Amino acid sequence: MRRRLAKLLLASCIGLLFTACSEPPTRSAPTGGQVFAPDGPGKWLPIMADGLHDPTGPGAKQLQNPAEALFYLPSAFSGNKVRWVEAIQEGYIEPRPSIVDDNYEMMVLDLDVIRTRTGELPMVLFPHRKHTEWLECSNCHEWLFKSKRGGTRFGMFDVLSGEYCGRCHGAVAFPLVECTYCHSVRRSDLKKPVTELEMHK
Amino acid sequence: MTSVHLRTHNRHSIRTLLPGCICVLALLTLLAPLPASAEYGDVVINKRAEKAGMRPVIFPHWFHRIRFRCRVCHTEVGFEMRAGSNDILMDDIINGRFCGRCHNNKIAWGPQNCQLCHSGLPGLKSGVRGGTTTGGPSRW
Repeated sequence: MRRRLAKLLLASCIGLLFTACSEPPTRSAPTGGQVFAPDGPGKWLPIMADGLHDPTGPGAKQLQNPAEALFYLPSAFSGNKVRWVEAIQEGYIEPRPSIVDDNYEMMVLDLDVIRTRTGELPMVLFPHRKHTEWLECSNCHEWLFKSKRGGTRFGMFDVLSGEYCGRCHGAVAFPLVECTYCHSVRRSDLKKPVTELEMHK
Repeated sequence: MTSVHLRTHNRHSIRTLLPGCICVLALLTLLAPLPASAEYGDVVINKRAEKAGMRPVIFPHWFHRIRFRCRVCHTEVGFEMRAGSNDILMDDIINGRFCGRCHNNKIAWGPQNCQLCHSGLPGLKSGVRGGTTTGGPSRW
């Protein structure tokens, strides 16, 4: 009974804490109610209250609020709270691939790379497909990543410092708190030990 | 009899609650000072804006990636993928470079709408914003 009461109190405290954290700051007042978002206005901060835009300026009130545009996309827990790759793959959005050539088509490469030197953590699976739906080869090759298997050596410290994968992940692509998105292949799942692996599907 | 029972009950529940309370307090002190911040991927561009008497520019990645794939800006327009490494002059934009490749009254609204980009709070420092950013060693 006491234990249950204690747990209940702890849970409610944590719940209260999270609601307190997700609430927009007091400066927000006017826009909170105007945002149309079924998932609730706590998920994305309105432009007028994001601590970045100047609510007293003439521009801020003319801009689209993130909630208006993002609420209908597949949802995630971190970053923009959007699973961007699924949003493209499932046809929620169709971002233009070019402003120069109207007939341009993305060169999608279906090639998975497994990076094996990950210490105690599961190995990293890099799916070219998900990346080439947004980017083109030269965005990463050869200046940042060598095409040769095992040709680019970097560690988690580099990534956390904003290099290599960290150029995008942790800035615009899903953030680095999502360890398991990348570290997704357990060593026991592979039949034989490998050094660096490429897999054509 | 009942009062004695109640008293022991209270003392015990306080004892069981104490670690929980400490945890919650610790969490509060950790999380409370976090200010409300930008949408993930927002970029503050303020190398020159404020020196020239304009509000800082806020570039929202989320808004643009709904409409354009990454390669459009990071290949065709030529923005390097590193905040601070693109030297963007208003003169360039008006002449159709950088933002001006689209913000030209053809693909998107033109550079005469100063206030739509220059909408940031005065005093903001340049860089990527929006929570879990990698700002470099020791800034993670």
